[in-house]
Amino acid sequence: MKLLNQSLKYLSISIFLIVSIWSAIFYFNMLDEIHDSIDDGLDNYKLLIINRTADDEQIFEKKDFEEGNFTIHQIPEKEALGMRDYFTDTLLYMQNEDDLEPVRMLTSAFKHGEKYYQLTVFNSTVEEDDLIEDLFYSIIWLYVILVVSIVLINNVVLKRLWKPFYSLLNELKSYRIDKETPLPQVTGETKEFRELEIAVNALIIRARETFYNQKKFTENASHELQTPLAIISTKLELMLEKESLGAENAENVGQILQTIQRLTRLNKSLLLLSKIENRQFNEAAEVDFAKLVNQSVEDLEDFAGFRNVEITVDKFAILSYQMDESLASILVSNLLRNAIFHNVEGGKVQVEIQENSLRIRNTGKHEALDSSKIFDRFQKETSSNSSTGLGLAIVHAICKLYGFEVKYSFDGAHCFKVNMG
Amino acid sequence: MKILLIEDEPELAATIKASLEKELFLVEHAADFDSAMEKVSLYEYDCILLDIMLPGGSGLEILEELKKSNISGNVIIISAKDSLDDKLTGLGLGADDYLTKPFHIAELNARIKAVFRRKNLSGSNQIATANTNLDLSERTFSVDGLLFPLNRKEFDILNYFLVNKNRLITKNALAEHVWGDHIDQADNFDFIYYQIKNLRKKLQSSDAKIEIQSIYGVGYKLVEL
Repeated sequence: MKLLNQSLKYLSISIFLIVSIWSAIFYFNMLDEIHDSIDDGLDNYKLLIINRTADDEQIFEKKDFEEGNFTIHQIPEKEALGMRDYFTDTLLYMQNEDDLEPVRMLTSAFKHGEKYYQLTVFNSTVEEDDLIEDLFYSIIWLYVILVVSIVLINNVVLKRLWKPFYSLLNELKSYRIDKETPLPQVTGETKEFRELEIAVNALIIRARETFYNQKKFTENASHELQTPLAIISTKLELMLEKESLGAENAENVGQILQTIQRLTRLNKSLLLLSKIENRQFNEAAEVDFAKLVNQSVEDLEDFAGFRNVEITVDKFAILSYQMDESLASILVSNLLRNAIFHNVEGGKVQVEIQENSLRIRNTGKHEALDSSKIFDRFQKETSSNSSTGLGLAIVHAICKLYGFEVKYSFDGAHCFKVNMG
Repeated sequence: MKILLIEDEPELAATIKASLEKELFLVEHAADFDSAMEKVSLYEYDCILLDIMLPGGSGLEILEELKKSNISGNVIIISAKDSLDDKLTGLGLGADDYLTKPFHIAELNARIKAVFRRKNLSGSNQIATANTNLDLSERTFSVDGLLFPLNRKEFDILNYFLVNKNRLITKNALAEHVWGDHIDQADNFDFIYYQIKNLRKKLQSSDAKIEIQSIYGVGYKLVEL
């Protein structure tokens, strides 16, 4: 969820709560104030009527409300003396509305001469349901207007405020630590974004340093190992040329030489793996996989032919991808070699070039391999010494680098599928 | 043929020197940047083998110097760094070839001879041995003037053997040279034996006065009969 919508969500919920609570309080306060002022009016009215009784005897005849808003009844002394002024809310029939309407009524007692009277005055009061209804609609309107204006303000203001953040984010998305591109910059003076820029740049600089140290280490390790390997292997090759060596010694030297070659291969493969994982391959070119497969097949046909393995290539679609050419070639040839190497005498290798995927199926052992381990380093299926156990790990690393998905499945034949979509 | 070997590792330099002297080349050795610079500015060489990481400076600087002074270097870079950047820089600066350590002696021989051939190319680009002739431009093989067809791999194998005449070529070196760098994972090199057997048959049937001998199961050697 976008920040914009998220803030909107929380704002609208909290505004809803605030407005509802506020309107409840407002309603009761207003009702209270209305009653108060009506009560004051009724009190005043009462006093006026009692004053009038002094010079207008007629008034005692007013037993019903009719046109005046009061009634007077004589009551016994006992009852009058025990009576205090009290207000009630009740309903009275109103001619104009043709309905019962709420009224506020004051009941009081007074003494005129030797007689006691009960005086009832009323005043029509607010219709509470109308008040609630009015208030409810006004509040709905207020709420809608508030939310709409927040959406508008959010959209305009927040978008403007967050613009430097989003542009920094975009820069970071495409940022490559191994390229000498300038550090991402934040425009504007917002303090938080400035701090973010400083933190991000510090992080990039540190990561870059680590990257270059690692790269240097890889290369230095390579240098340190390759040179002694070169000394040993060239010395052994020269030694083998000596006539005086004799067959038995020569064979031993030959075996040592083979072991050194294995070591060399292992070193090369590990270096390649760490180079891939350190993303030291960036040279992207459009790679045509059909061409690559054909070339790999040609390179390997003698080897396959010797083992009596038949390779077929089916091209169902054009498959090309922007990637490092040497890595693409290693990807294809490692998979092919794997398919030939773990095959049986007279077996088959089928290569299918499909849209967005490359599939290599090969005959071999009649049981599935452990697909969870198959791409691990030094996972050897055969006890053969000469396999480095890194071939498929390298395939996996290359796929990971380019976001491909490589899958193993078994349906009588072993199948490796690389999804590039 | 005069070769300058610029390599700081004494053991490796000694081995390379010994191997090249077997080919009857004249080899001079420089172990650091300064002596290498002195030698290239004073003398002329048919081929320079150049290590990149040197005490006192980078081999690439020597290469730059050679390019500036217009001395046709015929340089082969020998580096432990299998770095594409270095390779491109080196070749961009006029180096002839780039060989990554560790390498096979036979491979170094082949590269040096390729440099010589390019340097001394005077129309013909052929290797004549005994009664045979391998034409590298036309990619043909003839015995006593008669053409014998070879397939691509057989031609490459024979070429590799001829430039390494009388020298041991290990199966490993042959596989890497002819079938590419990645073939080395093959569990055994029996398939090479198969190819050699075919080539031997062709050489015999064509009455060529050369022969490919097996050496202790480690590799092969081409000799004149």
